[in-house]
Order: sequence, then structure tokens, then C-alpha cells
Amino acid sequence: MDFKLPEDIEFLKQSIRDFVDNEVDPLAMEIEEKDEIPEKIMNMSMEMGLFGLSIPEEYGGVGIGMVGKCAIYEELGRTHNGYTTVIGAHTGIGSVGIVEMGNSEQKKKYLPPMARGEMIGAFALTEPSAGSHATNLKTTAVRKGDKYILNGSKHYITNAPIADIFTVMAVTDPSKGAKGITSFIVEKDFPGFTVGKKEKKMGLHGSHSAEIFFEDCEVPVENVLGQEGQGYVNALKILANGRAGLAARNLGSCDKLLEMSIQHANTRIQFGKPIFEQQIIQHYLADMALDIEALRSMTYRVAWMVDQEMKVIKEAAMVKLLGSEVYNRVADKAVQIHGGIGYIAEYPVERFYRDARITKIYEGTSEIQKNIIAAQLKHEYL
Amino acid sequence: MNIFVLVKRTFDTEEKIVVTGGAIQEDGAEFIINPYDEYAIEEAIQVRDAQGGEVTVVTLGGEDAEKQLRTALAMGADKAVLINTEDDLDELDQFSAAYILAEYLKDKEADLILGGNVAIDGGSGQVGPRVAELLGINYVTTITKLEIDGKTVKIVRDVEGDSEVLEAELPLLVTAQQGLNEPRYPSLPGIMKAKKKPLEELELDDLDIDEDDVKAKTTTVEIYLPAQKVAGRVLEGDLSDQVKELVSLLHSEAKVV
Repeated sequence: MDFKLPEDIEFLKQSIRDFVDNEVDPLAMEIEEKDEIPEKIMNMSMEMGLFGLSIPEEYGGVGIGMVGKCAIYEELGRTHNGYTTVIGAHTGIGSVGIVEMGNSEQKKKYLPPMARGEMIGAFALTEPSAGSHATNLKTTAVRKGDKYILNGSKHYITNAPIADIFTVMAVTDPSKGAKGITSFIVEKDFPGFTVGKKEKKMGLHGSHSAEIFFEDCEVPVENVLGQEGQGYVNALKILANGRAGLAARNLGSCDKLLEMSIQHANTRIQFGKPIFEQQIIQHYLADMALDIEALRSMTYRVAWMVDQEMKVIKEAAMVKLLGSEVYNRVADKAVQIHGGIGYIAEYPVERFYRDARITKIYEGTSEIQKNIIAAQLKHEYL
Repeated sequence: MNIFVLVKRTFDTEEKIVVTGGAIQEDGAEFIINPYDEYAIEEAIQVRDAQGGEVTVVTLGGEDAEKQLRTALAMGADKAVLINTEDDLDELDQFSAAYILAEYLKDKEADLILGGNVAIDGGSGQVGPRVAELLGINYVTTITKLEIDGKTVKIVRDVEGDSEVLEAELPLLVTAQQGLNEPRYPSLPGIMKAKKKPLEELELDDLDIDEDDVKAKTTTVEIYLPAQKVAGRVLEGDLSDQVKELVSLLHSEAKVV
């Protein structure tokens, strides 16, 4: 058993740490206030190769496994979560579908520009009537000659306002339920496709979500991702693959919050001594560190399992759940330790606290993760 | 264009320096590429991208320095050379470093050699110019701009805050000053590619150097940290008395007037 990251992964991690600390983090307040990622940061992220994180080397990507990706996500999690989400939604659910299920023509066409960051990816499953009940899709796709005609709408689609291609799930055979869903690669310029206005959110500023609409949208047959009827399975696979990565991002945010909390506790004087000297603060910090250590172990173990091509349905759900619950607990304690300044928008703790909340909802709510875990337990034990 | 960059592994600028038993403690310390050498590497990559050719980074030291060479390769250098002196020499000074580097470079037909203006540890700024002297080529130090047109090189150099513009001919050695460029971060694909790039390790024997010929010509007598800064003194009392006291202190204690 070896708990050490390989040397080359450490090297990647250090390079991203330097980049994040020197270039991204100093602009976090600007991202928050302007609700956009500065062009300079987007361009530098492209030069760093971050957009090709999930893409194999032969298509111009970084070509690393899940452990390596998690190490990088952990570093990205230490800074503004809106920025991390723009990158994460592209490298995770936005590109994994084509990497895992795409045929070689689709890969050759889409992956190289996606790796360079010239083409941004998004994932479109959720609809007004299909949130946690993901099979209840109303968007339809009807084959007509060498095209499918899509009709319907989807909402809360992360990266939609900046995305160039979307992995879209639509119903091709309503009589077959989950097995009547097919996934498509939809380009933003396909006729009949439009993006709605940006949604205003509690947090994740700089990362934008929007509704998307299909009105007799024409998608060529060659843009079916995988086989017809495989769309729901594809969606589950894409989501499962992303879960360790989400946990790793949360891990980085938690680590940063712990660091800030320790520093604050050590310099904030009340009753004539640093509040660190108060046992209750020590216990808060110990609880945070304990949670973080458990999350770290589980994140890298699940990532390792993914790299070993082991089945990780239960474990991926567990790490997604643990990651978001730990992030919310840690953010809550960090605000408490910081006191009044933890509630002030000029200080990053308040931002992390708001950004933490969505992690219990997006890419499968905490409740859905528990359903998945229980279903797997039933399968394993009964 | 055949380009060489002289690189040194140094303490991270954020490390706290601890001196015990007359030596700087290296245990647990982080090491980096000397920041001035990073400008040299970046410039070399830019020159190669514009003019074609190859960038080789060279360092002296032990196996630990491989990490800094890999970083340079990840930034975009093509080849790296570690001249391992660990077993042969206990101490290197500017003389030994320059001698070894010049012996390595003498048959390489380098068009352009770049280095940092100074290393942030020793801070002598001697190795670059000494190498150029030994190779019998021109050199320009503390450069902030480099333009190559055929064999002619137009250079702006920093002279104590002012700029001097001059022209030189290749082959040439230059040392980089802050402001020359903005060194890139090693990109993720760059780091992955660096693993496959050649990193050659040489010893003094491979360069036909007798260790007696490169023995350090200087000895370190003592290493100590600068004196701790003490709090300033606040003068009190009647204003005119304070002025008198200040003048007398400046005269007798600070000895500046």
C-alpha cells in the first residue's frame, strides 16, 4: 500500500498551486464582484493546459488518470469556486462523454479544440420536470432521414452561456422509459438551438448557468453519442466519473478554509489572548481537520479505484456525498471561528460559505447519493 | 540556433534561513530555479520559437538538481545536462563553476548562452562573465531586452535603473535582469512531455577535468545571519531639546552628520 502521490503528479500539483496562488487568487474578489472570469485568467488557464485535463494526450490533452486529475482539482478548489466550476464543468461532465463514449470521428473533431480551451463543453440533462427524477425528460428527439429533430428545453445548464458544445440527453422512444433516452453532441450553431438568459445565483459567481431551448433543432445522425437508447446509462456514467473530481475540488476549498481559520484564530485576540487558546476553537479546528483528512483519504482511494478500472458506483456516490457534507460543515465552522469578519463580503470566508451550499445539490443531491448507496447495498447484501 | 542556459538550484525565496554550526541548514527546505535564471530560460525558449534551434539547460550540483532541470524542460527547454560534482568536489566557487561550465561548453558551438544576472544565494554575478572570458566570446550582463537579427544582437541593459542600448555579435553570453520577460508556468502537457525529454548526467571525468584543477580558490570564513533589527528610539521632552538630542545622536551614535 502506498499513500504517496507519484512524483510527476506532485509536479503537476505544484505548478497549479503556484499558478492559482500567484494569478487566480489575487483576482478572486474581482471575479466575485464582476461576476465574470477575467480574460487574462481564461487565457492563462488555456496555456496551462487546464482545459485538456480529461482529454488523452493523442488529442492534445494532458493524458492523466483520475488520481492526477483529483490532485489538480484539489489545487483549483483552493481558489474562487466560480472559476473552478467553469474549468470543472468543462473538464468533467462537459468533455468526459465524448472521451468515454465518443467514436473516433467525434473525438478527432471535438477533443483537440476542447483540450486547447477554444471549444467549451457543457452537459445538459436537467429539465424543469427532471431534476432528481432524471428519467422524466420531456425533450424529444425524432429521427428524420439523416437528422434527429430535437424539441424541448433544459435548465440550470452550467457553462451554457459560454459553451460551444453540449452533451444532451433526449427521449427517442417514450415507450421504453430510461432505455428510450439517447445522448447527442449538439453544437451551439445547430439550427433551432438557443441559449436563454443567465440565471442569478447565490454563489459560484463567474460561472454561469442558463436555460437552453431546442425548437426543431437539427442534429446530424453522426452526432449521436454511443448507441440510441444508451443515453441514460451514458449520463449516469458521466456523472459517476465526475464525482471523485467534485470531492477533490471540495477538499481543496476545505483545506484553504482550515488554513485561514488557523491563521485567524492565532492572530485574533479576545480576553487578552489569541482565540486559538480557547478549547472550543481548538475543538472546532480539530473537527475540521478530522473531516478533511477523512475526505482526502476517500477521495484519492476512489480516484485510485477509477484508475484501476474498478466498479465505483457506491464509492463515487459516497465520496460526492462526503465531499459536499464536509465542505458545508467546514465552511460553517470557518465562519463561526472568523466571527463577524466571516460574514463580511470583503473577506473570502463568506464567499466559500455560499459556494459550498450548491455542492449538496448539483450533480446529484446528497439525498440521491444516499439512494444510490442504498441501492448498491441491497445489491451487495441481499 | 544553438542555445544554452546556465541554471542554478537555489533556496526558495520564501524559506527561512537557519544557520547552525557555520552552515545553512538545507533539511526540509524547498528549492527552486534561481529566479533570474528563469528569465534566462524563458528568453531562450522565446528565441528558439522565433528563430528555430534547440535549448539546452545546464546545471552543476547533485542529483537533487534534476528537479529544477525537469522544471526547465517542462517550461519548454529541449534537453538538460546535469554535471554532477557531488562525489568529486566538496565545495564549488565561482572559479570552479565557470571552469567546469566552460570545459563543457567549449566544443558545443553555442550561438547564444544565457544565465541569470546573479544567483539569489551567493549573489556574486561572476559565473556568466567568467564563462564568456574562458570561451573567448562577448558578454553583456543585466539585460532587459534582446533582439536578434542574423548575427547581430540588439540589447537593452539595466545600468543601476537607467538603460543602455548596445549591439553585439553572436556568439554571445548574456545574463538576465528582472523585466526581461514574464517566465511562464510549466503547463500540464509540458510537465508530461518533460518526462520523455533527454536529461544527461555527466561527471568531471567525462569532461576530462582533474578535480585538483577546479578546487575552489576561495574559502568561506564564516556564515552568519544579519543582526536582528532593534526597535527605534522615541525622543521625549521639550521639542527644542528633542531637536538638539537628535542632532547630537546623528553625530555621535549614527555618525551620519
